[in-house]
Amino acid sequence: MAHVLPAERDLRRVIGDADGAGDREVDGLGEQELLDLFRSMVLLRTYDERSVVYHRQGRIGTYAIFWNHEAMQAGAVHALDDEDWIFPSYRESAIGLLRGMPPATVLSWWRGHPAGWWNPADYNVASICVPIATHVPHAAGLAWGKKLKGERGCAIVFFGDGATSEGSFHEGANFAGVTRAPLILFCNNNHWAISTPLEAQTRAETLADKAVGYGMPGVRVDGTDVLAVYEATQEAVERARRGEGPTLIEAVSYRTAPHATADDPRAYIDLERVEEEKRRECLLRYDGYLRRAGILHDELAESVRSEALDAMRTGIAAAEAEPPAGPELVFAHAYVDPPASFGSDLEELRGTLGG
Amino acid sequence: MAERSIVEAINDAFHVELARDESVMVMGEDVGRAGGVFRATAGLRDRFGPDRCFDTPLAEAGILGTAVGLCMAGWRPVCEMQYDAFSYPCLDQLITHVGRYRWRTGGTMEFPLVVRMPYGGGVRAPELHDDSPETYYVHTPGVKVAIPSTPADAKGILAAAIRDPDPVVVFEPKLHYRTLKGEVPEGEHVVPLGKARLAREGNDVSLVAYGSMVPVCEAAADELDASVEVLDIRTLKPLDEEALLASAAKTGRVILVQEAPRVCGFAAELAAILAEKAILDLQAPVVRVTGYDVPYPYWQIEDAYMPSVARVVAAAKRVLEF
Repeated sequence: MAHVLPAERDLRRVIGDADGAGDREVDGLGEQELLDLFRSMVLLRTYDERSVVYHRQGRIGTYAIFWNHEAMQAGAVHALDDEDWIFPSYRESAIGLLRGMPPATVLSWWRGHPAGWWNPADYNVASICVPIATHVPHAAGLAWGKKLKGERGCAIVFFGDGATSEGSFHEGANFAGVTRAPLILFCNNNHWAISTPLEAQTRAETLADKAVGYGMPGVRVDGTDVLAVYEATQEAVERARRGEGPTLIEAVSYRTAPHATADDPRAYIDLERVEEEKRRECLLRYDGYLRRAGILHDELAESVRSEALDAMRTGIAAAEAEPPAGPELVFAHAYVDPPASFGSDLEELRGTLGG
Repeated sequence: MAERSIVEAINDAFHVELARDESVMVMGEDVGRAGGVFRATAGLRDRFGPDRCFDTPLAEAGILGTAVGLCMAGWRPVCEMQYDAFSYPCLDQLITHVGRYRWRTGGTMEFPLVVRMPYGGGVRAPELHDDSPETYYVHTPGVKVAIPSTPADAKGILAAAIRDPDPVVVFEPKLHYRTLKGEVPEGEHVVPLGKARLAREGNDVSLVAYGSMVPVCEAAADELDASVEVLDIRTLKPLDEEALLASAAKTGRVILVQEAPRVCGFAAELAAILAEKAILDLQAPVVRVTGYDVPYPYWQIEDAYMPSVARVVAAAKRVLEF
């Protein structure tokens, strides 16, 4: 018996079934934009699939898989302008690729190499948040700070269903509500926080309902429908730009991959449901939509995929070509103005390293 | 120079620094309309507007987390934690993000924020209004920590913290907020972080302290029949190790005084430095006079907890007679 969602109500969809029943168009998305969206999804999918392989080959460390989350990430980011800020969790580790960040940077991050550092202001993409939900107040602060300076930009923060149980989610959402910050709180509800199912996380009927407590709208979309995600995010962005404050988006999906490469979900997940979800996974659905609309064909799909594979080949080669990080990097960057002890500590360390 | 209390000096620093730099903003619980429960931020909301002296929701982790984002947007937020022990929720942000974010960006992004709070006991207050939590903060990589003991330093250290490119936590001795007065320079006044203050010169024994324990050490020095040096550490991180070692070299006898509980308190760090670097200068064991390893007591018995002049005098006599 397949697992039953706690609530399916008000799930926005744009992409119809495999026969095209229910397909509709989205304002502002012409053929070019639709294909750009496809390219982004394929890039993310390729990044994710190659990363699992790289991990098995010992070329990157533990990796948080985001297979079937590409629609949420690409759909939301395409609704933003480049001046808008993105606050990713580890599930969105490669989202910077959609802002021109080289794959080598993100791969270096997962390789535990300091070449994985980036300047958030170069891409308007904050550092990857590893603890759960603690970046929600950062995004609220940035969005509010931009508003105070009279700037146009807004921010989006990504987090999972488990994050909605954290105090930081509450405090960040509440700050954004109080300050009417131009913020989109984007919850990727894949129903699992490692092994803890959604029904053990909350008794709320939907996660979007939590928005009421912060005085903001909460909307639910099908998280495997990239166009529904785009459309809902676009509306939230417009609302933010009008000065009407934050929006909580709950994008509903189902985690079809392990939490991370170190996880074996067979101990706890509904495998029948996983197989069912894989058959309606987000890239396949969008691929079908584009083909029904006559925009995508085999040759184009193949060229997009091979372009993404090339980017990953170049990326892993560049990441692996990084020279080993020297011990001085242990002491670099924590302070603009480091304590004097760092100098003698490094000297002592170098002595013991024989270099 | 005007005579001011510590809390007046802090307020003065705010007025000067907010006028000097438009990116400085103050945020915290009751800092705006009320001007702070101790009036440290009085008049700022009227003068600089509600956006630059912002009454936040009651959420310490949210205050500091939001401040991280404000830094990314180009602000220099100064966050007030209403009381020492109310600051504990903000340690989540401090440890997981504030002390790490610049490092995480490879040094490309700065987080020039300040966290400040009244700390310490002796004020006959309810539970959890009396703690000395400095060790939790000093132990966190990536943040600086300062604790002034005089009105002039309270102004100058806050100004230095606001202008510093790194995150700085400032603890203010609430026991002396209004009771301790002193000359405070007018206008811009900056006391550089990382420099100790020789509060009193002497040759026989060094009493080393910071914040609320400096006046205790000065009173003990008055009672002792010896030439007593009092060193006010002022900045716990970065520490003025040179001043500590110079005083130890001069007197050969060191008493370390802190209000916080003893185990792993900051005095333990100072004692370890003396053990590593001053062993041949020492004429006697390094002795700590500290609070006890107990929850800070209810106020009818709090005086028994606080390191007193008598305890410092007794410790100094033991060390002088060693």
